[in-house]
Amino acid sequence: MTPRSTMNLVRAYGDTTGDGMVQLSFTLPVPAGPRAEAAAALFAAKMGLDPAMVVHAKAVGPDFTFFVVYGRSGVVVDLDEVEVHEREFPLLTAKEISLEVRSMLGRRLVVVGATVGTDAHTVGLDAILNVKGFAGEKGLEYYRELRVVNLGAQVDPAALVARAVAEEADALLVSQVVTQRDAHLHHVRLVADALAADWPASKPRPLFVVGGPRFEPKMAADLGVDRIFAKGTTPREVASYLVHALAVRRAAA
Amino acid sequence: MTTAPRRNLLRLDQRTVRRARALAERAAAPVIELARSHTTTSVERAVLRLAGLTGADAEGIPWVNRLVDAVAADVGLEDGVALPVWHELRRGGHTDLAALAQKAAAGGVTFAVPEGSARRSAAAAAKRAVGTGIAMIDRNRKTRDRLLRKLGDPPKPWIYLIVATGDIHEDIPQAQAAAREGADVIAVIRSTGQSLLDYVPEGATREGFAGTYATQENFRLMRAALDDVSAELGRYVRLTNYASGLCMPEIATLAGLERLDMMLNDCMYGIIFRDINPRRTFIDQRFSRQIHARAGIVINTGEDNYLTTADAVDAAHTVIVSQLLNERFGLEAGLADWQLGLGHAFEINPALPEQFRLELAHAQLVRELFPNAPLKYMPPTKHMTGNVFFGYLLDAFFNLAGVMTDQSILLVGMMTEGIVTPFLSDRDLALENVRYVRDACAGLAEDFRPAPDGFVATRARQVLAESVELLERVADDGLFTAIADGTFGVTKRPADGGRGADGVVAHADGYFNPATELLEATA
Repeated sequence: MTPRSTMNLVRAYGDTTGDGMVQLSFTLPVPAGPRAEAAAALFAAKMGLDPAMVVHAKAVGPDFTFFVVYGRSGVVVDLDEVEVHEREFPLLTAKEISLEVRSMLGRRLVVVGATVGTDAHTVGLDAILNVKGFAGEKGLEYYRELRVVNLGAQVDPAALVARAVAEEADALLVSQVVTQRDAHLHHVRLVADALAADWPASKPRPLFVVGGPRFEPKMAADLGVDRIFAKGTTPREVASYLVHALAVRRAAA
Repeated sequence: MTTAPRRNLLRLDQRTVRRARALAERAAAPVIELARSHTTTSVERAVLRLAGLTGADAEGIPWVNRLVDAVAADVGLEDGVALPVWHELRRGGHTDLAALAQKAAAGGVTFAVPEGSARRSAAAAAKRAVGTGIAMIDRNRKTRDRLLRKLGDPPKPWIYLIVATGDIHEDIPQAQAAAREGADVIAVIRSTGQSLLDYVPEGATREGFAGTYATQENFRLMRAALDDVSAELGRYVRLTNYASGLCMPEIATLAGLERLDMMLNDCMYGIIFRDINPRRTFIDQRFSRQIHARAGIVINTGEDNYLTTADAVDAAHTVIVSQLLNERFGLEAGLADWQLGLGHAFEINPALPEQFRLELAHAQLVRELFPNAPLKYMPPTKHMTGNVFFGYLLDAFFNLAGVMTDQSILLVGMMTEGIVTPFLSDRDLALENVRYVRDACAGLAEDFRPAPDGFVATRARQVLAESVELLERVADDGLFTAIADGTFGVTKRPADGGRGADGVVAHADGYFNPATELLEATA
C-alpha cells in the first residue's frame, strides 16, 4: 500500500486553509432568552463545533428561537473515501442524438412520460419534455428524432403502461416530486409492477427512467427502474442516456 | 375597497386596451353560451349541498354523489337533479334528503321527472330548500362585513401565506402563528390528489399529500381558528382555499357556507395543468363564480402557472390574455372588479440582463390594465435553486417589484421553494423580508414614474400589442381551438379530452336549477 498524500485530507474552509469554519442555522423549541442561547451553543458543541459562536438569536413566536451559528468543525474528509455516481454515458449534442437514433432504429424513438399517482407536479416532467426545456437546454420535444407523448399529471400506472404499449414506447419517463410518506417510491413501484404484468412478452421492454428531486440514484435496482435522475438533470442528459442505454441493450441482444 | 385611479404611467393606448377587452368578450361568448346550456354532475351536487345534504356512506362517498348518480341512472341529468329529487321527497314520504339519498343509494327508489302541477310543487319545494343555503351564504357575507368593520381591514398589499401540513390540526396552530407574524391571508394548500377527485371528502382530515384536503369541516375549523386570532390581533385574517378541479361548484358552495374569504378559481387552470375536460371546466367555473359572487369571495386566478412551464418573457402576453378572459368570465358570472384577484408572477430568469426592469414592466402593465382588481402577485419558483441565500435576495426583489407597482396581494416567497417544505424559521425569515421591503419602501409606488419612452413603458406596450394579436387569433379560431393548440402554458388540451367529460350534460328544454334561478334573479 502506497502512503496517501495528505493533499486528499480536507477540512471545511472559512477563509484560511485548515480553519474548519462552518456556518449553520437552526431553530429550537425554546422561548428566546439567555437559556435558549446557551442551549443553542450546547447544541452546536454537541454537533462538534468548537468553538461555537451563536451570532444571531431571534424569537419565532412565543415558543421558538431561531439561531445562526458560526464555529470550527474538527471533521476531516479523506477524498479517497468519497464515492461518486459517475455518469456512465457520453453527453451528446442534439445533432449527435438525432444521428444515433436514425442509424440505430431507422425510425423515431418514442418517449412516453407522466407523473403518476397523486402527484400533480408536472414542473420536472415538463422541464424535460417540453420544447422549452430547462437550464437553457431545449426539452425532448425539440429533438427531431424523438417522438414525445406527454401524458401530464396524475396518470394511473396501469393506464400509463397501456398507453406505452399502444405507442410502442422505447422509453417510459416518470417524474415524481411529492415525497410525503415516501409516495414517490410507492408510485414508482406501482409502475414497475404494471410494466412487469402488462408489457407484452413478445416486445422488448422500454427503458424505465425516473426523475425527481428526492430520489437516490442508487435505488434504481431496488425500485425496478433502469435509471434514476436527480434534481438538476437536463433534457440533454436524459436524451443522451436514452440513446446510450438502447445501444447497449441492442448490442447485448 | 380602494378604487383610486391608477395613473397611466405607461402611456397605454386606451383604444388598444378597449380593443383587447372587446376581443376577450368575443372569445368568451361561445364558451359562456355553452356553460349556460349545460350542467355537470358537480353543479347538480352543489344544488344538493345548498339544500343541506351532507355526510357520506361507509366508503366515504358523499350522499350528494350517491343521490345524483341514482337520479342520473333513472332519468338522466338533462332536467337537473332538483325536479326528480323534490318530486320523490314529496311523493315517497321520505323524512329528509339524507334519508332519500340513503334509500336511493340502496336502489330502493325510482326517480321520475314530474310534470304539470307536480312539477310546479317540486320546483317550489326545491327553491325553498336551496334558498336556506343561499340565505346562509348571505348571512356569512354580512358577518364578514361586520368583522371587517369591527376588527379592521389590513392595508394592501395583503401578505398571503401558505400552510400545508396535511393535518388540519397541525395547520391550525401554524396558521395562527403566521397570522401573528403578519400574514393577512392564510391559504391552506390542498392535497395534490384532490383536484382530480370527483367528490369532496368529508370531515376533519389528518392525512394528505403535500397539503390538506378541502372539506367542509376543515373549512369550518380553520375559519373558527382564524376568527379567534383575528379578534386577538384586532385585524381580520382572511382564509383561502382552492376551488379548481373536478368539484369546483361544490367547493365554491362549501366556501360560501363556511365563510372563506378568497378562492383560487381560474378559467383554464384545471384544463391546462390537470387535464380536466375543457367543457366540464368552463361549465363548473361559471356556476362556482356565481356562488363566489354571492358570497362576496375574492377569486384568485392562476396565470402565474403559465410562467412556470413557458418562458416568462416569451409568454408574458399569454398571461394578459388569460387575465382578460378570466375578467370577462368573472364579470359575466356576476363578480365585481374588487373580487377579481387576477394572478401573475415574478418568474423571469434572474440571469437575464435587465430582468428586474422586465418584471416591473409586466407588473405595472397588469396594474394599469386592471386598476380596481386586487391583483395577486406570485414570487419566483422556477428559478429558485438550492442557493437559499440568492433565493432570499430574489424574493426581496420580488417584494420590491410588488410594492413599486402597487400590487394588492403578495404571496410570501420562501427561500426553500422547491427544496424542502418550509421550516418554521424559513417562514419567519420570509415575513421579515416582506415587512422590511413593505415598510422601507412604503409609498414608493408614488415615486415610480417610468420614462414614457423608456425600457419599462416600451416593453409594457409591446406585451399589450402581442396580447391583442393573440386575442385576435383566439377570437377568430375559438378558445377551445386555442387551448387544443397549446396556446396557454405550452400544454395541448383537445376539447373532448381530459377527465370529467362524462359528467357533462346538455340541458333539456325543461331543465331546472333552483340555485341558478335564485342567483340570477337577484344578480
